[in-house]
Amino acid sequence: MARKINLRIWRGDATDGGLQDVQVEANEGEVVLDVIHRVQATQMGDLAVRWNCKAGKCGSCSMEINGKPRLACMTQVATYGDETITVTPLRAFPVIKDLVTDVSFNYKKAMEIPAFEPPKELVPGEARMQQVDVERSQEFRKCIECFLCQDVCHVVRDHEENKKSFAGPRFFIRIAELDMHPLDTLKNRKRTAQEEHGLGMCNITKCCTEVCPEHIKITDNAIIPMKERVADIKYDPVRWLGSKIRKREGIV
Amino acid sequence: MSGVFSPTRAKIKERTLRTDKWWIQPAITFGVLLSFVIYATFRAFEGANYYKDHLISPFYSPCLSEACLPEATILGWTPVSAEIFNFALSPALIILIFPLGFRMTCYYYRKSYYRSFWMSPPACAVAEPHKKYTGETRFPLIIQNSHRYFFYAGLVLNVILTYDAVISFKNPEGEWGHMSVGSLVLLVSSTLLWFYSASCHSCRHTIGGRLKNFSKHPVRYKLWSWVSVLNHSHQQFAWYSLAGVAFADIYVRQVATGAWTNFYFF
Amino acid sequence: MTTDKSALERYKYDVLVIGAGGAGLRAAVEARESGLRVAIICKSLFGKAHTVMAEGGAAASMGNANSNDNWQVHFRDTMRGGKFLNHFRMAELHAKESPDRIWELEMWGALFDRTKEGKISQRNFGGHEYPRLAHVGDRTGLELIRTMQQKIVALQQADKREHGEYESHIKVFAELTITEILKEDGKIAGAYGYWRESGSEVLFEAPAVIIATGGVGKTFKITSNSWEGTGDGHALALKAGANLVDMEFLQFHPTGMVWPPSVRGILVTESVRGEGGILTNSNGERFMFKYIPDVFKDKYADNETEADRWYEDQDNNRRPPELLPRDEVARAINSEVKAGRGSEHGGVFLDVSKRLSAEIIKKRLPSMWHQFYELAGVDITKEPMEVGPTCHYVMGGVEVEPDTAAAVGVPGLYAAGEVAGGMHGSNRLGGNSLSDLLVFGRRAGMAAAAYVKQTTAAPVADATVAAAAARIEAPFARSGGENSYSLHAELQEVTHNLVGIIRTGNELKDAITKIADIRKRSTNVAVSGGRKFNPGFHLAFDLDNMLLVAESTAKSAIGREESRGGHTRDDFPGMDMGWRQHNHISSFDGTQVTVRKQALPFMPKELFDLFDVEELKKYMTPDEVAKGGSN
Repeated sequence: MARKINLRIWRGDATDGGLQDVQVEANEGEVVLDVIHRVQATQMGDLAVRWNCKAGKCGSCSMEINGKPRLACMTQVATYGDETITVTPLRAFPVIKDLVTDVSFNYKKAMEIPAFEPPKELVPGEARMQQVDVERSQEFRKCIECFLCQDVCHVVRDHEENKKSFAGPRFFIRIAELDMHPLDTLKNRKRTAQEEHGLGMCNITKCCTEVCPEHIKITDNAIIPMKERVADIKYDPVRWLGSKIRKREGIV
Repeated sequence: MSGVFSPTRAKIKERTLRTDKWWIQPAITFGVLLSFVIYATFRAFEGANYYKDHLISPFYSPCLSEACLPEATILGWTPVSAEIFNFALSPALIILIFPLGFRMTCYYYRKSYYRSFWMSPPACAVAEPHKKYTGETRFPLIIQNSHRYFFYAGLVLNVILTYDAVISFKNPEGEWGHMSVGSLVLLVSSTLLWFYSASCHSCRHTIGGRLKNFSKHPVRYKLWSWVSVLNHSHQQFAWYSLAGVAFADIYVRQVATGAWTNFYFF
Repeated sequence: MTTDKSALERYKYDVLVIGAGGAGLRAAVEARESGLRVAIICKSLFGKAHTVMAEGGAAASMGNANSNDNWQVHFRDTMRGGKFLNHFRMAELHAKESPDRIWELEMWGALFDRTKEGKISQRNFGGHEYPRLAHVGDRTGLELIRTMQQKIVALQQADKREHGEYESHIKVFAELTITEILKEDGKIAGAYGYWRESGSEVLFEAPAVIIATGGVGKTFKITSNSWEGTGDGHALALKAGANLVDMEFLQFHPTGMVWPPSVRGILVTESVRGEGGILTNSNGERFMFKYIPDVFKDKYADNETEADRWYEDQDNNRRPPELLPRDEVARAINSEVKAGRGSEHGGVFLDVSKRLSAEIIKKRLPSMWHQFYELAGVDITKEPMEVGPTCHYVMGGVEVEPDTAAAVGVPGLYAAGEVAGGMHGSNRLGGNSLSDLLVFGRRAGMAAAAYVKQTTAAPVADATVAAAAARIEAPFARSGGENSYSLHAELQEVTHNLVGIIRTGNELKDAITKIADIRKRSTNVAVSGGRKFNPGFHLAFDLDNMLLVAESTAKSAIGREESRGGHTRDDFPGMDMGWRQHNHISSFDGTQVTVRKQALPFMPKELFDLFDVEELKKYMTPDEVAKGGSN
């Protein structure tokens, strides 16, 4: 059953812009991206929106729907009842046009995280890893890079100047993934996480976890464990002493 | 203008476009935590009504001051002077720093008070009012990294409070094998504290989280898996145990002042 | 409009890779590791390519789950799946090299699911004799993309250490569309395109171009493909003078979502069946037993008891018919629905809840569980899913040299992954696409690097640039013309109704006329708004590509008077041994696509002998069987 809904779409670019009201048809079971596409095809041919798979697997259609960072393809129109649905671009990143923002910050940060480093003597095909040892990192590799966590994180959302020194939740899970990767041999991940990538800036208010469409437990399974690992090497005198006396697993 | 009002961002004048009642959660947290802090402060300085018939308030246990009622001490051990710099120290003030520190540095409480008291941020995607933000990178918040030490201290306290709960299975005459509402209250309160400690993130890290290869440490992996399950509910345990401790103290106080009578089942 | 040469953004690279999916990234890594400077063009953001949608796994005969598996078995399965229309050499290379490609990913940080011994776990899939698919839950494609994306970052970090800059030797140009591949003196000279963000134009000069643009699904109404699957590479190659091979073969994945309408076509991974999901019609009948073709009778169980036993004991039982190759299952579902035994919304039921516990389903098929729960409100641990065929993959593609992935007829042009043809014959086995893109992505990168090292780059002439620029400007100059959105919708109706899963000669004839008509009207498409991130403008170019692809598909389909794999003719229902000897080659003369027959190379004796002669007799003429190979 088709019905008319009220949609309020932010249109504009870096110089100016504002919310525009439109009425559009919505059918049963449709998601917000569907109605945006309908607006595009029938009323605003040049309405800019990013999307790819429309199945919650690529993380392209990130935007803010009624103020909350969400994937438009995974947000049912029906959840809003008769309420007007307001869609805006992500508010932590520079806007390009309409619902499209410049997310290059994230790709820049990705380049700064030291890459995976397998043991030098390891021969392809000879790696042996137990399922229990890969599961923690596998959770983080579910990340679809929608950057909603980066968008919602107040450290950069509310403080542009912190973008220099803060990698953001997406890259804390990347660091955690590598630090927990059974084959990674790179030293100093914990130290650089704290000293270069801004792990200490996080005050674990958990918004990243709340918005993650993949339901990755970013805070509990990546950020806090990394904070604890950092404490091991930087803030725990007993562990520090222990590591000087005998080499212990995990203290690198 | 910074943050969401920075020049490059989409021009939207509202601090948030959220239409749900996002402020309710932080408001409730604020109210409850503040009430607890006020009550705990009052009790910490009261220095009385913390013991009656083998029931001791968790706020005053272990009672280490020379000023403690002898029955409330652990086998009469009172290593701390009753006065410091001419200031009469309530026995609670000596030990409260530990549970308080444990909770202040707790990863869950940090989230809740940063949001509700410091509004950093008040709720997700709601712009915070602060101009500058440095997180937990410098003093004093860098102290949050000592959470594990408060966790260890918390374990010691849990043992003592469990001991208190066991002692409460005595009748006023000191004979074992009796149970009162007070014993139940202390038992529940100390049990909740164990759950709160066991579900702690530092506990999870210490018990196995810091390992790179679980498969080489099957026992620690098993323990880590259990702690991980509890860890999902750390927030709940944080509130339940807080309520448990508060109620245990209120109960002991009411019994001590004679307002309530401690009912004995047998 | 003339282009101000000084203002034009221009780059020089050794190798230009168009497409940042699995094949493109693998090619880029290889070319960079050969010491060359590489540009990667990406139509969307980096890491969003359609490869992330691949769920089931990557087929490679590592033999971790069943030690009887080896490349010969994999080769046989691939040829059998493709109904022997595959280019034997591609299938051979693919089967031989895919294990190494998977192991290599592990060295780059990929974390596949593990067996008890700590090796890479392998799962069952349709058409594969042994459990063969390396996987990570049901998000294997994402793992591949992320691993290669991170490998590229690792290379950039190495460049930064060595040359002082991350992007000195390998750079990703995200959200850039290539509109034309440029040639000078008959060989590749570069490519021309525009930034989607700003609409401004870019010239790339490069002696070698690797096309890795994926598929054509968006030509169809119901598809599992994302918006990017508009056949860009197919069209670019055609226009650059390359050929397309066997464009009539499209794979309709048997299980796409059918309800609600907004998610119609979204893929339901074959792993659901691999893990024990069964297909039933509205009568509750497990209908696949009725649809086992003769050529597969000895490999598939004909009763439920044996099919069920197979999950426990694969050595002594035949496989359940739900695991038949995709074309068979898609046709079976289509027939059931047409016979009135479909579900409420025009699909059939796929149920995994009866065989597996809720916990196992959520562990092995996590994204399926979420997909149905969040998009359709269906809990697949308790209820069956409604599924139906969806356009998923194009077997046809650029005609290439098997060993080098070089496009036939255009020096300096390469194609790998879905955009290349030949490897999968008339039907692709699930799991073979991920390994395909690794194997041939690498080969394309390697061959392009070798080519660049022995060739001299021809500079792009000003006139060539001006012509390319004029083409981009054209839609803005028109006013009041056609709307690209509605033309696209019209095209999708035509392909869906007339060039879909079941075809007839008359309908195809009709389709060819209609496509030509839309194509004519498309030259009159006007664009509203400016150049800046303007989807209407973007679609105008995509539409042009889709129209060429659709024309090629329809014209190839009308010629092939038989039914085989991903091409089913109602008027020619049988497989024809004569047609097995021929490929269909599409070429473009600047105005229209022409299709001709070309002999398919026959496999040499050492490959021929891998098969049971009795089996080959089902596909090949007595002469061919008697010959016993090409040598």
